[in-house]
Amino acid sequence: MSTVTLRTGRFLVQIERRTAVVSAGLVTAAAALALLALSHGPQWATPAEVFDALFRGGDAGFVIREWRLPRVVAALIFGASLGLAGAVFQNLTRNALGSPDVIGLDAGAYTGALVAITLLNGTAGQLAAGSVAGGLLAAALIYLLSLDSGLSGVRLVVIGIAVNAMLTALNSWIVLRAEIDVALAATGWNAGSLNGVDWAEVRLPFVVIGLFVLLLVVVSHAMHQAALGDEIARTTGVRLGRLRLLLVLAGVGCTATVTAVAGPVVFIALAAPQIGRRLARAAGVPLVPAALTGAVLLLAADLVAQMLLAPVALPVGVVTTAIGGCYLIWLLGMEVKRR
Amino acid sequence: MTSRLIAEDVTLGYGERVVSTGVSLAVPDGAFTAIVGPNACGKSTLLKAMVRLLTPASGAVRLDGRDVAEHRPKPFARQVGFLPQGLVAPENIVVRRLVARGRYPHQSLLGTGTAADEEAVRSAMAVAGVTDLAERPVEELSGGQRQRVWIAMVLAQETPYLLLDEPTTFLDITHQYELLALFARLRDEGRTVVAVLHDINQACRFADHIVAMKAGRVVAQGPPADVVDADLMREVFGLPSVVMPNPVTGTPMVVPTV
Repeated sequence: MSTVTLRTGRFLVQIERRTAVVSAGLVTAAAALALLALSHGPQWATPAEVFDALFRGGDAGFVIREWRLPRVVAALIFGASLGLAGAVFQNLTRNALGSPDVIGLDAGAYTGALVAITLLNGTAGQLAAGSVAGGLLAAALIYLLSLDSGLSGVRLVVIGIAVNAMLTALNSWIVLRAEIDVALAATGWNAGSLNGVDWAEVRLPFVVIGLFVLLLVVVSHAMHQAALGDEIARTTGVRLGRLRLLLVLAGVGCTATVTAVAGPVVFIALAAPQIGRRLARAAGVPLVPAALTGAVLLLAADLVAQMLLAPVALPVGVVTTAIGGCYLIWLLGMEVKRR
Repeated sequence: MTSRLIAEDVTLGYGERVVSTGVSLAVPDGAFTAIVGPNACGKSTLLKAMVRLLTPASGAVRLDGRDVAEHRPKPFARQVGFLPQGLVAPENIVVRRLVARGRYPHQSLLGTGTAADEEAVRSAMAVAGVTDLAERPVEELSGGQRQRVWIAMVLAQETPYLLLDEPTTFLDITHQYELLALFARLRDEGRTVVAVLHDINQACRFADHIVAMKAGRVVAQGPPADVVDADLMREVFGLPSVVMPNPVTGTPMVVPTV
């Protein structure tokens, strides 16, 4: 496996050639899917019309710029964000099943968001804050319940699955108790959907995700060092306690912010890091392939959701749940076989 | 004999379970120290306290007079390298990338390195004899090769102190001797080596300083010729034996009489 070395002055960074090639391929796939999604509608637009709408402006491109573009960009950024969250937790738990949607962090974020709309006014800021707080509380709960067995291993995943079930029940209860209009909105949202996403809705989440990604950039080197095991990590200078706290914060932030806007979109965080890792044949669970795979997966799933029963647009969560269910069964089977 | 790294009357344990009490040890600078003793006598635990993986319940481990707990992690990791037991490499990682992980304490927060990193990795792989394996995935290697890769990783850390927990376990006898000769060579280059060893004869032959432990205490320490005799073997290992000079090196050689 060869590497590319980037030099800036005295400093150098080594990147696996294969990771670079895979990443470029994923970016191309994302761009192609984006073009397709921007063209897709009751009447297909030609690529020329799409480019005109994007770069020339004008009234003709309004639908593409203001309706389709925010949805496409949201699918890409949210997909990447979910892929990152999955990679962070799979690194943290050293388990392919240790993904935020499986261990109940999405459900916890959704609980936080539900509390924000039923008890507060449900502004975008409250939703984002509520989701992150809910996700962090779920993470704290799982951590406390699995304290004897440490932060890694199958036990944590099993506890997470139980927490997920409890929180899902709690979410149903909140929705049942809520006012009818809130309940209706919440139920549609529960499936995970990008239907009707507009720029106003996604501006704040994009900024929040950006901040969490920045945090990940800072801690990712230490995260990969921690993959060598606790002892080597610590004796080579990693502050493990602080690192784990920051990783949980960034991972929950990435997944909860998406939940705040789109509801719990499962499967992306679970599958994207593993697909990205296999494509790149990289060591551990690398972040960049996970993010790019997540972006491609969510955009593709959203396209399928729009096209499958057109003109009725399905929530994208229905599509990801259907695929993700099969994948999860396969993964559980592998996990059982391994022990 | 000077010692920058010392343990002062430390009590060590995990939670409620006390493993060692009142252990004091001054690691001789620039020497090869071997810690010997029966299973579960607290050798590994002592090593973990020396590299600040374990905080003593009482007493202190000091580097340059300062409690190791007060040292910042990265500067400390540039002074003291540690090779624990039972390491598992991340999936798919190739040898060169794993060895390069030893450079972590020399790199910036974002992991940008310098040309010195490349040189350290190259030289560590050469010294540990894994240069030919550089592009091979670690999981495809034999146990002996893998152990040498981990050694290369710690060497790439370029620390004056090298602490190793049973580095020769699971190696065949040829690789055991190669590794011990490597430690002696590193010692000759000025590094301080501390290793937990199981084979008392290998310890006598290659180490300058023997620390014999039993039931959480240091029973004896000093040069092999001064420390290792039939009494010590009986006291520490409960093994009746004859101790005679090694015909090749003249160092003590233990021949059990059971």
